[in-house]
Amino acid sequence: MPRTALTGTRIRARRTARGMRQADLARTVGVSPSYLNLIEHNRRNVGADLLGELAKALGVAPDSLLEGSEGEVMEAVRAAAAGLTHRANSADKGPLGTLTPPELERIEEFLGRFPGWAAVLAATHARVDELERVVEQLSDRMAHDPYLPAALHEIVSAVTSVQSTAAILADGEEIDPDWQRKFLANLLADSSRLADGAEALVNYLDASGAGETGLAAPQEEVEAWLAARNYHPAELEADCASDLRALVADQVELSSDAARALALKWLRRFQADARALPLDPFLAAVAELGLAPDRLALRFDAPLAQVLRRIACLPQGAGVPDVGLVLCDGSGTLTFRRPVDGFALPRFGGACPVWPLFQALLRPAQPLCVPVQTGGRIGRRFTAYACADTRGTARFDAPPVVEATMLLVPDSLPTGDAPTARPRRVGPSCRICAERDCPARREPSILAGGALAEGAMGTGGALASAEGGF
Amino acid sequence: MGRRVLVIEDEANISEAIRFILSRDGWEVRTHGDGADAAEVVARHAPDVLILDVMLPGRSGLEILRSLREVPQTRALPVLMLTAKGQSADRAAAERYGATRFMTKPFANAELVATVRAMGAA
Repeated sequence: MPRTALTGTRIRARRTARGMRQADLARTVGVSPSYLNLIEHNRRNVGADLLGELAKALGVAPDSLLEGSEGEVMEAVRAAAAGLTHRANSADKGPLGTLTPPELERIEEFLGRFPGWAAVLAATHARVDELERVVEQLSDRMAHDPYLPAALHEIVSAVTSVQSTAAILADGEEIDPDWQRKFLANLLADSSRLADGAEALVNYLDASGAGETGLAAPQEEVEAWLAARNYHPAELEADCASDLRALVADQVELSSDAARALALKWLRRFQADARALPLDPFLAAVAELGLAPDRLALRFDAPLAQVLRRIACLPQGAGVPDVGLVLCDGSGTLTFRRPVDGFALPRFGGACPVWPLFQALLRPAQPLCVPVQTGGRIGRRFTAYACADTRGTARFDAPPVVEATMLLVPDSLPTGDAPTARPRRVGPSCRICAERDCPARREPSILAGGALAEGAMGTGGALASAEGGF
Repeated sequence: MGRRVLVIEDEANISEAIRFILSRDGWEVRTHGDGADAAEVVARHAPDVLILDVMLPGRSGLEILRSLREVPQTRALPVLMLTAKGQSADRAAAERYGATRFMTKPFANAELVATVRAMGAA
């Protein structure tokens, strides 16, 4: 076993911890107090026999007096001290500039006498390092995101043009009618471009683009992982006995244990859905009945939510086009999002309270089929199929665990029972929805701007006006 | 004192507005929207003042500025660089390459006219 410079320090620490005097320990192991003093101050090496005697007298294993994990801890403590010194000397030192410099010459004594505190310092330093890396990555993403500069340039250009043109028209000097017409047309075109640019930017910032996985929450990691596989783990169709843990291991998109655990849970559910609704018969039924979830549920004697999930996770090329799927728990928190083109799903915060998903939560036994239309200047129509069920076994001693499911089928697709009612106007979430007079609005929209913000909070009008007048 | 301005800006509506306000101030204004052949256009028209946007298709305004400063004929040409607000890196680079003045977008028309006048008179 290698002896390190810290052995003496550890001997001293153990001795003082036991309340032994140096002279007593020296006598017990048969050396002079002055020699032990030199050892304890790391100025003499300790032979194997003496080390054994000292360990015996101190009531510890000889190994505990030799190098263990302290080598790593010492390195970490040195790194922490070096980091602090570097920052204290830098231009942007902040409060660190007033710190007393760490006593580097006593680092071994510190480790020997306070191994617990040293470990805390090392762990804290490691955590600070990790967080600094995260901050660096975030700044890097902000600085180098290829979309942001392009989007901002587009907006700044439109604003510049609008401002200059408007100033020309407003400065009171006479302008040739031809120029006037031209400037008015430019104003119109630029204001429209500005609106598009702002909306695109807000949507981008709120709902990240596909493929983004860095620094995401576990749920986002799972969704990105599933998106990369088109929401269809084909292995589980052919072989229901697949090793699910192997499927989530070593996946680049799943960087955290939490993400892998969530992915595993999702796969288990998919496996159960695939067993209950086998692919070939299910596709044959879809071909016969269309994307009619209730009829399919009836045909297979399966819960409606299971059919909605199965429709959203069919293989590409099976003749079923892209659909959206959203799940939420009893608190309304979105627990799964499969986006579909034209229907923005919020990345953060609460979703649009007008979504049929949340209506379904209120009536767990009553499925809903609601035509919806997204807001904005180019609204897209979908049929939303929503239902809510309790999950797990009902218990007398616990509240029910409720989950709502909503399938979004673009209206261009043939459905067995497409509703004919006027579509309900929905948005992604209040913050990025410009819908005026929505009685369910909980906060002003940043799309609406200051002038509209107050009115956009809604006036508590009847829901009927929302249904009919949107 | 020269009265010819060349505007190299790919946003047609911005060029249009600049052309109008400077023409009204008595300047002869030409516009060009592509960065790729901008240096040749400058050489051909020999303006008294050049208004140059940083972000251009074909070739960036910064590269154009640098190439202009390498040629004796345009080494001293007054160049007003248009940069987007907040793009301090662009501004620093333009300063290094020898821009005469800067203006951030969006700008006030009166400020633009005053700046171009001052540059033309220098």
